Amino acid sequence: MTDIAVDIIDLTKCYGDFVALKNVSLGIQDNEFFTLLGPSGCGKTTLLRTIAGFEDVSQGAIRLYGEDIAGLPPNKRPVNTVFQQYALFPHMNVTQNVMFGLLRLGQGDATARKRVTEVLELVQLTRFADRLPSQLSGGQQQRVALARALAPNPKVLLLDEPLSALDLKLRQAVRLELKQIQQDTGITFIFVTHDQEEALTMSDRIAVINDGQVQQVGTPREIYEAPQNKFVANFIGETNLIGVTVVDVSGGNATCTLPGGAQFTCPAAMGATAGPGHLSIRPERVAITAPETGVLQGVVARQVYLGTDMHIDITPTGGETITVRLQNSETTHIPGNGELVGLNFEAGSARLLVD
Amino acid sequence: MAAKTDLRRFTGFLPMTFVCLFLLYAPLIIVMVYSFNDSKSITNWGGLSLRWYEEVFWGVESAKFKAAALNSLSIAVVAAISATTIATMAATAMLRAGRFRGKSISFALINLPLMVPEIVTAVATLVFFSAIGFTTGYLTILLAHIVFCIPFAYLPIAARMQGIEDVYEQAAMDLYATRFETFRLILLPLMMPGIISGFLLAFIISLDDFIITNFVKGAGIETLPTAIFGSVKQGIKPNIMAISTLLLMVSVGFVTLSWLVGRMGQNKK
Ligand SMILES: Nc1ncnc2c1ncn2[C@@H]1O[C@H](COP(=O)(O)OP(=O)(O)OP(=O)(O)O)[C@@H](O)[C@H]1O
Ligand SMILES: [Mg+2]
Repeated sequence: MTDIAVDIIDLTKCYGDFVALKNVSLGIQDNEFFTLLGPSGCGKTTLLRTIAGFEDVSQGAIRLYGEDIAGLPPNKRPVNTVFQQYALFPHMNVTQNVMFGLLRLGQGDATARKRVTEVLELVQLTRFADRLPSQLSGGQQQRVALARALAPNPKVLLLDEPLSALDLKLRQAVRLELKQIQQDTGITFIFVTHDQEEALTMSDRIAVINDGQVQQVGTPREIYEAPQNKFVANFIGETNLIGVTVVDVSGGNATCTLPGGAQFTCPAAMGATAGPGHLSIRPERVAITAPETGVLQGVVARQVYLGTDMHIDITPTGGETITVRLQNSETTHIPGNGELVGLNFEAGSARLLVD
Repeated sequence: MAAKTDLRRFTGFLPMTFVCLFLLYAPLIIVMVYSFNDSKSITNWGGLSLRWYEEVFWGVESAKFKAAALNSLSIAVVAAISATTIATMAATAMLRAGRFRGKSISFALINLPLMVPEIVTAVATLVFFSAIGFTTGYLTILLAHIVFCIPFAYLPIAARMQGIEDVYEQAAMDLYATRFETFRLILLPLMMPGIISGFLLAFIISLDDFIITNFVKGAGIETLPTAIFGSVKQGIKPNIMAISTLLLMVSVGFVTLSWLVGRMGQNKK
């Protein structure tokens, strides 16, 4: 129990009639890079703001290392935030911005200054110590915001889409740096993003959120390879959803009837039941074969050239279009439009979802 | 030709602009020029001189004008400081207290006095003071000035504050600042250009005020505007033009300063 940094227990947050967060329960480990991932408006910022103390909770509890913090104002919580718009104080220079939290905590000028030097070195901003925020580029401002939040050595750092204002190149570089800083400082990071690639590359664990509800919590690999439901499978990466009839679920495996009539057995998500359901299978895990050796048969509808890869859309008899990703090499056989082909996939690559 | 295709061009209106400017500024310029006239006449030019300025500072009426100027100045300073303080607190309360019942009506009510005819305010203030049995004098002028300066100070302060996103205050609270520290260290410095503008505006409004002051001042005390008026009643002498010119300079100076401060604040953002 002592490893849990932030324990969110059955949290519900309403704005009037609108339910922004619905029965959210999350246990975020100490020293973890934890990501809240979800589409715009799903409640990520709201969840972060309840942890920081800017929003009160309608129901439920938030514990920080075992202590209930729901009633504490933001300035009494050992938690710091990197705001989406950075919110650097425009009338203070970089040093004063970073020093702000330290002085409020009652540190002396000398101690605070030493810490500021340390943190500015960490984010490589020593040269800009005397500049005003308006004299910095977006990327530099983002670093100041990070330094300012790190300086008081918070137990938990909350980051609300801190990279969204940066251009692609910078974003990719900062991702790795941010991860490095998290590992070096050992501070628990709760990171908000709607960018799945960002989430997959940086996180120890991810919580996928939709409509104010947690859809799935797991490592990037678990989320990607073993999605729990249709939303997660669709939101993380590309996937094919194949409508099937589930005959039987037992011991974590499901037996189902594919469109076309073939029987197929594959792993099932927890809570999947017999009846109509959906299999998820990634485009790169589907192989094109001769019609008679495939578990599915279909007609090639379209080819899309993507540079290193090709996407082949195939319409199976009695089912929805399935996309296959093929590596674009000289030896790959690319079937032509209208050609009848078979589709095959390993049992381990497919997964029955909770609808 | 570009001028012909420019749809925003309406020919023939340019002279109107000059007529307006002439009507607005000609009287002021005449007063300024004649304040340097070396003649007792206010219509004939008798050469350049500073005698009327000497007259203002050292002449027979100088004691009266000095006392009036001192009253005007001290009232303007105290009234502007008080009004600015009250307006700052009011703006903070209205714009940072979240939503409360009657917020928009309060907002309208604070600004409404700007549109009430001053003579009405003057009568009302006088009636109020006599109703509560206040003897008219320095204190009544001061109180009246504080009150009617509040909306003038409030305008630039509230405008400035509306432009400050509350994310700065959240950041400060997140970094362990108490509410008071957040106000003192973040909100107040960010509002400062608005506060200075408000102060200067209130100062100039108080310094220039005649109608209300004349109603509530009672006998035996004068501010500069009422003293000038009293003097003019016995005939316009050139020394009045000198005083008016001085007052105008002070006003223009303050308005310019207020404008510069407002602009500085905008550039910083
Ligand atoms: N103060 C508020 N009053 C009413 N509704 C609100 C308020 N704040 C947020 N909401 C609603 O709550 C929902 C979640 O908002 P939130 O800001 O948490 O989304 P988000 O996941 O951070 O989205 P984004 O990725 O666009 O930032 C939205 O539908 C939003 O309209
Ligand atoms: Mg958000």
